[in-house]
Amino acid sequence: MCGIVGLFAKKENISANLGVHLSKMLESMSDRGPDSAGLAIYGKPLASKTKITVQSRSPKHDFQKLKKFLSAKKEISFSFKIHSTHAVIKLDVKQKDQVTNLIKDSFPNLRILSVGKKMEIYKEIGKPAEVVKRFEIAKMKGSHGIGHTRMATESAVTTLGAHPFSTGEDQCLVHNGSLSNHNSLRRELIRKEMTFETENDSEVAASFITYRMNSGKTLKEALESALVELDGFYTFVVGTENGFGVLRDPIACKPAVLAETPDYVAFGSEYRALTSLPKIEKAKVWEPEPATVYFWGH
Amino acid sequence: MHILDFNKLSLRDINKTLQGSDKNDFFSIRNPKGSHALAVGINKKIAVKVVGSVGYYCAGMNKFSDIKVEGSAGPGLGENMMSGNIHVTGDVSQYAGASGHGGSILVDGNASSRCGISMKGVDIIVKGNVGHMSAFMAQRGNLVIFGDAGHALGDSIYEANIYVAGEVASLGTDCIEKKMTKKHLSNLENILSNANVSDYNPDTFRRFGSARSLYNFKVDNAKIY
Repeated sequence: MCGIVGLFAKKENISANLGVHLSKMLESMSDRGPDSAGLAIYGKPLASKTKITVQSRSPKHDFQKLKKFLSAKKEISFSFKIHSTHAVIKLDVKQKDQVTNLIKDSFPNLRILSVGKKMEIYKEIGKPAEVVKRFEIAKMKGSHGIGHTRMATESAVTTLGAHPFSTGEDQCLVHNGSLSNHNSLRRELIRKEMTFETENDSEVAASFITYRMNSGKTLKEALESALVELDGFYTFVVGTENGFGVLRDPIACKPAVLAETPDYVAFGSEYRALTSLPKIEKAKVWEPEPATVYFWGH
Repeated sequence: MHILDFNKLSLRDINKTLQGSDKNDFFSIRNPKGSHALAVGINKKIAVKVVGSVGYYCAGMNKFSDIKVEGSAGPGLGENMMSGNIHVTGDVSQYAGASGHGGSILVDGNASSRCGISMKGVDIIVKGNVGHMSAFMAQRGNLVIFGDAGHALGDSIYEANIYVAGEVASLGTDCIEKKMTKKHLSNLENILSNANVSDYNPDTFRRFGSARSLYNFKVDNAKIY
């Protein structure tokens, strides 16, 4: 099953409470995905800074070690904020590659969930209410965010199997559905030097879109090629630096509802996900068409 | 009139009250907030007005009762309904009226994919557009579409009439356009007048139905096996 939510703020009153709204939306989708939950939040970018979100199974030990390790490198200036099993490292954009490589080489237990000027990804096993509480999502602000509640069908219930999946800097994807050709597609992408952390079908979709965009395609083109290459059921919501996009497969049996007011654009797997939003009763509410790419950007 | 408010009562309590009500009772349901399976399994002639949008499977298996939703409805509206009337003032999601045996559904807005799938006698009137694969495997009843129809309309249709005033993106297998005879025009007028719909021009409607070429196995295909 799975549940998806997304919120794109057009006005300050929404972005100031983005975390509150997204938390409520995600919790309302608990029936659709009680196994695990996750969110990508796009906050304010800091001039010439970037953020790396890392996750650990033993955060107390690993994060202390990582902080010490980075502090020992005199040339790296950074800030380090721990959110439960995740930590967000803010650093100069020029040092991004050096630090990501250092983490990959020296900390095999740490997983890099996201890199970007705006995006932070938080995801864990557990009921959506527990996950949003664990990361204190309600305190977060931002221009837009997308979230997912998972009922696992294609692979194990693990933190890394939870959504969103990062598809590149400031880009991520959440998926409701199941892909039938993910194994063959994964093999093809591995031959093209893409790497995978899980056996999950949605990670293949994320990787597919990343690969296409790395080859110079726009997000719209990458999503349109997904319509040709991906076999299965899907409603995707894709987060980017500036906004979010929606795509449903041509059969469109996975549900999707969009709502728009002068203050926001919201996405939910069901209308229930939107009922906590301000002035929803006055919103324009509709179902996105199958095989059609939608996008809202700042 | 009895008011049933989701802010005070659970879905189960509300459905129990509706199912256990007396004939000719009138209920107004407040704050449904997209709840699923609201007003299902009613088998008495009562009237239910829902103020707000509902989720999946609203008014499923309906028998005799009149249910009005002042808002939109999620997937599976009036699934397998037997009789009575359902009116939705907004849009409806996938497979509205699926396998419905009788009664009528009136949608003021749009219906999405698979509207009237496997319908078995229900009349469905959609003032807006319908999505792809509507009236898939329809067996009896009428689907009246004021707007446009999506791809593969009436795919594998057995019987049933489809009336469309707008454009049809494509017809499904074994669905063909048929002549609008006097008999069918009066059938259309009857369906619409029963649903109190009067603002239409009957001349704008075209009729679609089964070519009946899938009824029997074609012996020419035997060599495939």
